[in-house]
Amino acid sequence: MGKVLLALVPAIAVYVWMYGGGILITLTLATLTALLTEALMLQLRDRPVKPFLSDYSAVITAWLLALAIPPLTPWWLIVLGTAFAIIFAKQLYGGLGYNPFNPAMVGYAVLLISFPVLMTKWPAALQLAQTPLSFSEQWQFIFSGQLPQGVLIDAVTSATPLDYLKTQLKLQQDISVIQSAPLFGTLGGKGSEYVAVAYLLGGLYLWQQKIISWHLPTAFLGVLALFSAAFWLADAAHYASPVFHLFSGASMLCAFFIITDPVSGPTTPRGKLYFAGGVAIITYLIRVYGGYPDGVAFAVIFMNICVPLIDIYTQPRVFGHEK
Amino acid sequence: MNALVSFGKIFKFNGGVHPPENKAQSTQLPIAKLDLPASLVLPLRQHVGNIPKVKVSVGDHVLKGQLLAEAEGMVSAAIHAPTSGTITAIAEAIIPHPSGLPDHCITLQPDGLDTWIDHHGIDWRNTDKRTLVNSLRLSGIVGLGGATFPTHVKLNADGRSGVHTLVINAAECEPYITCDDMLMRERATEIVQGIAIAQHLLGATQVLIGIEDNKPEAIAAMQQAVANSTMQVVVVPTLYPSGDARRLVHLLLGEEIPHNKRATEVGIQVFNVATVLALHRFFDKGEPSISRIVSMTGNVNQPRNFEVLFGTPLMHLVDAAGGAKPDTTHFIMGGPMMGFNLPDANVPITKAANCIIAASPNLFAPPPPAMPCIRCARCADACPVSLQPQELYWFAKSDNFEKARDYKLFDCIECGACSYVCPSDIPLVQYYRYAKSEIIAADRAKEAADLARERNEARLARIEREKLERAQKHAERAQAAKTDANKDLNTGNQQAVLSETSEATQATPADANDAKKAAIAAAIERAKAQKLNSTAESKSEVAKPAQASTESQTDASADEAKKAAIAAAIARAKAQKAAALQSGVAPKNVEATSTSVQQEIAEIDARRQAVGITPAEQHSQAQADKQAAIAAAIARAKAQKAAAEAAKAAETSEKKD
Repeated sequence: MGKVLLALVPAIAVYVWMYGGGILITLTLATLTALLTEALMLQLRDRPVKPFLSDYSAVITAWLLALAIPPLTPWWLIVLGTAFAIIFAKQLYGGLGYNPFNPAMVGYAVLLISFPVLMTKWPAALQLAQTPLSFSEQWQFIFSGQLPQGVLIDAVTSATPLDYLKTQLKLQQDISVIQSAPLFGTLGGKGSEYVAVAYLLGGLYLWQQKIISWHLPTAFLGVLALFSAAFWLADAAHYASPVFHLFSGASMLCAFFIITDPVSGPTTPRGKLYFAGGVAIITYLIRVYGGYPDGVAFAVIFMNICVPLIDIYTQPRVFGHEK
Repeated sequence: MNALVSFGKIFKFNGGVHPPENKAQSTQLPIAKLDLPASLVLPLRQHVGNIPKVKVSVGDHVLKGQLLAEAEGMVSAAIHAPTSGTITAIAEAIIPHPSGLPDHCITLQPDGLDTWIDHHGIDWRNTDKRTLVNSLRLSGIVGLGGATFPTHVKLNADGRSGVHTLVINAAECEPYITCDDMLMRERATEIVQGIAIAQHLLGATQVLIGIEDNKPEAIAAMQQAVANSTMQVVVVPTLYPSGDARRLVHLLLGEEIPHNKRATEVGIQVFNVATVLALHRFFDKGEPSISRIVSMTGNVNQPRNFEVLFGTPLMHLVDAAGGAKPDTTHFIMGGPMMGFNLPDANVPITKAANCIIAASPNLFAPPPPAMPCIRCARCADACPVSLQPQELYWFAKSDNFEKARDYKLFDCIECGACSYVCPSDIPLVQYYRYAKSEIIAADRAKEAADLARERNEARLARIEREKLERAQKHAERAQAAKTDANKDLNTGNQQAVLSETSEATQATPADANDAKKAAIAAAIERAKAQKLNSTAESKSEVAKPAQASTESQTDASADEAKKAAIAAAIARAKAQKAAALQSGVAPKNVEATSTSVQQEIAEIDARRQAVGITPAEQHSQAQADKQAAIAAAIARAKAQKAAAEAAKAAETSEKKD
């Protein structure tokens, strides 16, 4: 699973370049929390600690959660989310291999429901921010909540493109007008689109290394593209383009790193297609009609529930048996 | 892969793995003939099927190729003396089996002369096929790919087999094993002669020889040998387990043999390349199966293939290969994927021993402790049968055997590809073996329980019926006693009249004292007879369930088993009824009857005895008849079972042969 972490490195590098080093602090906090809680729980559950810590599964959960939440949040937010993910979503279900839900997504959902304001305070990309924060200023903000003198919180954060799109559409704005805002780039949001491309590259590396199969990312991105294309073609003024949906929010992270978690996902090839397709549809519906700007976490958790059923009904034909 | 080798049309199966081949070590030197060891130990059980019947005794001098044990029943194989010498023991000895348990073996002390028994080939092209196949029973030839299924059973089709395609399995897909490779390199012509015999016997029109592409020398040799025939050498990619019969048939013909059918049922027969060579030796030269090629490889100083006489002690072979290196821990028979650890270094080489690997921690590191399954499904990707090993593992682990069966556990060929790719190092195949054995045991227990229940129900019904009968008889007798008592009073000389009619009158005393004595004696006799009866009956009770259970075991479905059990119960009831009728004895309730009646009964019994038909005798006569019938039924059941076993074994043999 070390390769999965390696595949995330390009995206983290782009993240740092676009949003500053704050993400590194969040990642470190998440990693430490994950390792500590995992070790503690293993000890309590009377399981060997070393082999389970050295498989990096807890670290992956930590990194995915850290990458999913806004990097400029109080330190306790990520600690709480990670601890919840490891203790409740993973260890209390029996630890590695036994969790029915994706731990990172459970942690994310808990934070989103409990602290909705903090969870939507995304920093603006450095080149868009009125007053870009340095690494030490980000450090200070994370640990003490203090911004430099004279800087308001709204000056460093901004709405995400998905969020902005949603509110502006409610105000009867046209898509073309909305997307001319400085927030938007060529593919998705300015800055975040490069992170998405880095996720894509990391994902292709994982596929090339045969860590993940093509089924999940292809089905997720394919169905998301098809679904959004259908709406977009029908009414381009009120529905964003498929490209925008693919490169905005957590689409790429979800396609290559989140739904590819084997433990909480289906195992049959056909099942993977259904699962990923389902996640894509629900994600799109939440984005367009739901109360949250992005819907990946809820879509993944919902489809996790369906996994046993999907597995049962997608058994491949056994050699020498009639279908 | 060899760039010179071009593939024909190949139909790939799902998954498969490509472990390090490790074949080059043992192909550097040509096949060597192993010299005679000090003694040969020949296990009687070297094949699938019945243990053969020993035809020699300790102290006999035998010649090379002489029959030591002959095939017993349909599925069995003969055993021959690998060299001339003296039989020194027929006793239990350790055999190459994972259990490490001893089994019956014949020990032969070679005389060093290696004198052949008189033997000669047959003009097989001009001999009746049935005669040929029957003569194969005496050859001792079994599938030499490792399955060791008696070859004569696979050819037993009287020339009407409907087999159109003969597949020669020369894939040799397991790592380390090179015996077939070397055999083809050195003896391709003889192999082709053997194939011709198998083709002739089966009437097959198409012959395909499947060889993995990692054996270019063997491919070249075989291609040259088949140049002037219609046989085809088909090169298949090196991918374990392509040597599994069903996988190979799919590779070559694109045909999936249905899971519930044997290859022959779809017109295909599969033989291992070494097996057809043995056919050639038997039919063209008259030599029975007494040796095979064994790859001695792994942690030995000079890995090599040897032609080894059956019964040769393993250490003799190891020494011939330059001895095992000091860090050798144990020996593996077969390949590293499907082979097993030998329990002892002194086991004999048998017909199944295609390869012996000396193992060391360097070659085969002990597996790291298993981690939890993370459902990555790499096992499913590797499974050549397209099973879902991760689900089967889950079901096996949680003892959810019904689900395991639903997920086609019994289609698993235990090739080990899943365990090989598992990132959590879970010994998956061991879980499947466990689940299979548990399911089989549970099925047997269920069958037995069903039988016991049915038997109990039948018994309760019988007891109820007998009780009713007894009550009825009792009532009749009470009625009769009343009349008798009147008669006694009225016609006192009736007894005398009766007495005169038989010899027993002489024994009949006039005074009451003697009558009493006689009555007591008769009662004792009766008790004895009853005791005899009851023991005989209980014995037959024991015998019958056994018969019923053997019968039902052969039945495929539980339904049929039930029917059989019911039929058996009916038969039992009938037999009992018949016996009761024949003996004409009804239960004697003497307690409630008057002295005179008792006396009368005693007298009648005494007369009966004098004539020589005691109830006990009559009854035992009936019992004897019954037992004969049971014996016949058991024999029938055994025959059925043997046939069923033959069918089953035929299926398993296809795997490797």
